[in-house]
Amino acid sequence: MALQIIQSTCTVCGACEFECPNAAISFTGETYIIDPDLCTECKGSFDSPQCAEVCPVPDTCVPA
Amino acid sequence: MSANVISLDGLSVGSKDALTKAMEADGCSSSACGSSDAPEDMDPATWEKVKDHPCYSEEAHHYFARMHVAVAPACNIQCNYCNRKYDCANESRPGVVSERLTPEQAARKVIAVANEIPQLSVLGIAGPGDSAYDWRKTRETFKLVQEQLPDIKLCLSTNGLALPEHVDDLMDMNIDHVTLTINMIDPEVGTKIYPWIFYQHKRRIGLEASQILHERQMQSLDMLHERGILVKVNSVMIPGINDEHLLEVNKEVKRRGAFLHNIMPLISAAEHGTVFGLEGQRGPTAAELKTLQDACAGGANLMKHCRQCRADAVGLLGEDRGQEFTMDLVPDEVTYDPEKRETYREWVAKEREDRRAAAAVAKAETETAVAEDAGAMLIAVATKGGGRINQHFGHATEFQIFEVDAEGVRFVTHRRCDNYCVGGYGEEDKLELVIKTLEGIDTILCAKIGDCPREDLAAAGIEAIQDHAYDYIETAVSAVYRARRGLPAQARETA
Repeated sequence: MALQIIQSTCTVCGACEFECPNAAISFTGETYIIDPDLCTECKGSFDSPQCAEVCPVPDTCVPA
Repeated sequence: MSANVISLDGLSVGSKDALTKAMEADGCSSSACGSSDAPEDMDPATWEKVKDHPCYSEEAHHYFARMHVAVAPACNIQCNYCNRKYDCANESRPGVVSERLTPEQAARKVIAVANEIPQLSVLGIAGPGDSAYDWRKTRETFKLVQEQLPDIKLCLSTNGLALPEHVDDLMDMNIDHVTLTINMIDPEVGTKIYPWIFYQHKRRIGLEASQILHERQMQSLDMLHERGILVKVNSVMIPGINDEHLLEVNKEVKRRGAFLHNIMPLISAAEHGTVFGLEGQRGPTAAELKTLQDACAGGANLMKHCRQCRADAVGLLGEDRGQEFTMDLVPDEVTYDPEKRETYREWVAKEREDRRAAAAVAKAETETAVAEDAGAMLIAVATKGGGRINQHFGHATEFQIFEVDAEGVRFVTHRRCDNYCVGGYGEEDKLELVIKTLEGIDTILCAKIGDCPREDLAAAGIEAIQDHAYDYIETAVSAVYRARRGLPAQARETA
């Protein structure tokens, strides 16, 4: 139960890291990755996964 | 320390010693030396804020440079004219950058640029996303820079959606310039520009998105105005979508206290990958833009010298030296050396007064030499800055267009072109483009021009004049106007 970031389409804007309520998203120096152990898909926090809501590119923050 | 204090070589200023001597020799005649008085139509407090800001004062843009640092890539709205997926060094338009910086890198870059470009007066953060939404990075950058360069002006550009929460921070950091991009005051119009916004943890679409965005933009404008922060409103003119509507926007932002309104043409092409680009939405023609700007007369004051620069631009408005300051060229440790900037500022203060005095003399001479109904004339100028005719025709990548009539000389706009001369040789096909660029203008003033291009220009009906090399723009333009439209000597005596 986690999301993942599709590296090939990610623009590396970092909005997802900013919005993630679980601090599950981090910058590796080149890309952003989601830690599946920390990701809750925002259940209990918000109606929908915040990374996918704010991401400017369609189909880039998707279920793993 | 390099002996060259000022890189605008056309200004004929050499070492600091020479500069100091020149100032002493001429004497600072007025008590205002070092602080030019405000123009007639502006209160002194406002003038103090804008006099060194190239984007807020047309006069300042001849002397001062700005730089943007691309520290804020995250955005909270999607605009149909924007696609931040492609970062390309060869493209010049807002929202485009080549490298993103951390706040620490950005601060280092600002110091490196300040040491090299004494004209630098403003640090702006304009994305490439939204500076107010990506606020932690924007604020961190401002704080780091302010610690080391306290006299630099800080400003930011934002869509306004996230701004109201940060207005207190702006006040704490003494930020007194904010640009809001406002493309509509009618959410129905907004639905054609903004597919979605992200607000209070939800993506919102359609009319709701534009309704919220509009309310937050107006709230931002009101809050900034109440606090005395100068607001420039940027609007992208999109033919068929908001072109006529921008007249209403102009009136409304004036009513709410905007200091300037900058109506910019949409830049749109399929290869940009934007929604508008892919749909074939065109940008306005220069004539359409001018018609709209003219129709806005009486509303908010218009900015006409905008170059629509990138979110990582460096230099005077007409130039972009960003490629000279990419992070791989910035040393790991840089120490700020204030000397060049201080000397430059002293020189500018004096130069500005001289230019104003020269413009006043030119105006007075024209008033007596030209009939009141002599009509207006447009003249193109090749300049590298400093308010002088100081650029070789072949090196010009843009021409500044001035309008002159019996009332005086006014900046109208700039027109871009590729420089005709590359590596010492002129290129004929480029000259044709220059001629096209100058459509409707039959006179160009430059510091120097070769015989060949001059003859070709003459054949196209354009007279290139180099007799006024290094003169102030106002002096030269007025002299040409008098020569063309002046009354015969006899009539002058009775005029």
